[in-house]
Amino acid sequence: MSETTFDGKFGDYGGQYVPEALMPAIEELNDAYERYVLGNEDGFMDEFRRRLRDFGGRPTPTQHAERLSERYGREVYLKREDLLHGGAHKLNNALGQVLLAKYMGKERIVAETGAGQHGTATAMAAAHLDMPCEVYMGERDINRQRPNVFRMRLNGSEVNPVTVGRGTLKEAISETMRDWATNVEDTHYVIGSVVGPHPFPAMVRDFQSVISEEARAQMREKTDGLPDSVLACAGGGSNTMGAFAEFVDDDGVGLYAVEAGGSSLDVDEEAGVAPNSASLSTGSEGVLHGARTKLLQDRDGQIMESHSVSSGLDYAGVGPELAHLVDEGRVTAVNVDDDAALTAFHRLSQLEGVIPALETAHAFAYLEENHDELGETVLVNVSGRGDKDLESVIEETSKRDIDIAPDMDAFAGGF
Amino acid sequence: MGNPALDAAFEGGAAFVPYLAAGDPDFDSSLEYVEALERGGADVIELGLPFSEPVAEGPTIQEAVVRSLEGGMTPDRFFEFVEALDVEVPLVCMTYYNLIYRYGDEEGPRPFVEKAAEVGLSGFVVPDLPAEEADPLREACDEFGLDLVFIVAPTTEGDRLDRIMERVSGYVYVQARLGVTGAQDDVSGQTESSLDRLAEYDVPKAVGFGIKTGDHAERIVAAGADGIIVGSALVDIVAEGHEDDEDAETVAARLEEKARELKEGAERGLAQRAPEAERT
Repeated sequence: MSETTFDGKFGDYGGQYVPEALMPAIEELNDAYERYVLGNEDGFMDEFRRRLRDFGGRPTPTQHAERLSERYGREVYLKREDLLHGGAHKLNNALGQVLLAKYMGKERIVAETGAGQHGTATAMAAAHLDMPCEVYMGERDINRQRPNVFRMRLNGSEVNPVTVGRGTLKEAISETMRDWATNVEDTHYVIGSVVGPHPFPAMVRDFQSVISEEARAQMREKTDGLPDSVLACAGGGSNTMGAFAEFVDDDGVGLYAVEAGGSSLDVDEEAGVAPNSASLSTGSEGVLHGARTKLLQDRDGQIMESHSVSSGLDYAGVGPELAHLVDEGRVTAVNVDDDAALTAFHRLSQLEGVIPALETAHAFAYLEENHDELGETVLVNVSGRGDKDLESVIEETSKRDIDIAPDMDAFAGGF
Repeated sequence: MGNPALDAAFEGGAAFVPYLAAGDPDFDSSLEYVEALERGGADVIELGLPFSEPVAEGPTIQEAVVRSLEGGMTPDRFFEFVEALDVEVPLVCMTYYNLIYRYGDEEGPRPFVEKAAEVGLSGFVVPDLPAEEADPLREACDEFGLDLVFIVAPTTEGDRLDRIMERVSGYVYVQARLGVTGAQDDVSGQTESSLDRLAEYDVPKAVGFGIKTGDHAERIVAAGADGIIVGSALVDIVAEGHEDDEDAETVAARLEEKARELKEGAERGLAQRAPEAERT
């Protein structure tokens, strides 16, 4: 496991920058994190692991990708978090936090979601553990991710549209914080990534580190060694930290956080828009949503609207630990643009029979473009499956000339 | 620690502290609106410097923030706004920490505080800066003689309360109920217990969140508050004027009238308390 912090700081990053009304709840959560998660009090971690196995379907496999290996002339392995219940790594964290909320005696769950995967995972965990749940989701994301909205509702959760701002994850997080500040005495806020005030970044990393714990053992078993490189896409950074955590101390393993380069890395200061979500690659230090971290912001400190073809990466901030590991040189922050990610989506679907989330496709786009630098053995974290993205992919592919894509006219009903 | 202007403003015992977002809906109208609040009886004015992610605010102030940002408000324009204001009462800047942290050429809060002192601000309220993270701003405020106001919530007790009260100066902002800012139809029952918890601390207690009418102001001051903070009920007047395309003079007159109602309510509350004070 990578470093565990008790003061909530990763170098200069992290901390607790929240309204005073929330501070007692954060202290209570920190106490619960130390007792139950770090100390396994009342067998919390045993129950968490059991439920991850029986309800979640862990361990997920680490699969040798034969055709990608052939294409790139090196051994490529896939950590298949898309096979986890719900179709994404998000369940690891959601199940951990909803269970912790139960141990803490909370009576209600709120969560925010961008692509809907975290909302779906939280709704499933809440139904599984019999907790009422409300999910805030930007109106724009609701339109981009309808299948996940249906899934949340089917699991019995309320989905509250957020209409302020651009109606994406940033606004949904702010709105969930407002709900939490109003109902803090009986409500737990299940933050969906390694972001927010301490202890969330450390706690979410711990819940997600099961990914690298398994992958490390599985790679040893399959290759008798460790991978030369681990690739994971990075928005807020929860699958990234999950995939990296157990490799951080292995100096020989290169860690690559692949961000969404969107349509461009340039920013439009006047319009307050960054046409990307690459806060590690292009952002600057600031304070947002409870933590000091790298942000997409203008020179005055106003937060920019971000962009990615993938709504799960479309966020102006990133986890403070990831920002720290990049500054330290332990993690390499890279990025690929929307076009490359869409192309990679089609390529992986065709070559391996794995339809990846658009988020995940960013990691495969980086592999395509830079495989020569990644060593003999490469592990890619398949953070989620792409079923939720099919409408977006059809629409976005139709706008572009992607030679490996199927004939998009066929999707208009002309099979 | 701190600044004599705010101490003096609370001497009367029933201070009226209105809030408006600077530059809402535009620079010039907003100057008139703030000046109208002083004519209506403001003792201290909280001026909002808008941040794009105002997590502690309800819909009314969120919308004010959007109008102000769309009107071109920035930290530098905010300082120009303060310089352009023709008011005598002390002004407190209410904003989020990222804008303070990012200002100027060096990292940290010092350049912002230095500039705030230069334009004549008296202090700060920073809703997303709890006592645990506030030392750099507190030090800069001490260096330049400004106050740092902290918010105390209904959930704030024990060690946390002590930690805040060690760092507060000017006044303490007593949050009347849980949640975010917004006008309410009645006074929260949590106010009195919050004031009781703070009684032993020697700093003025100004109650905010949800105060809408002179009657609310009266009841809160009668319950022992040294002042009332009113935001959303005033921002509503600005928003209505903007929506109905009214001229700034008409809206300013309405703000002045509302300010007078609130100040008079606070004074009635103090009068109710006075006999008791004489007995003790």
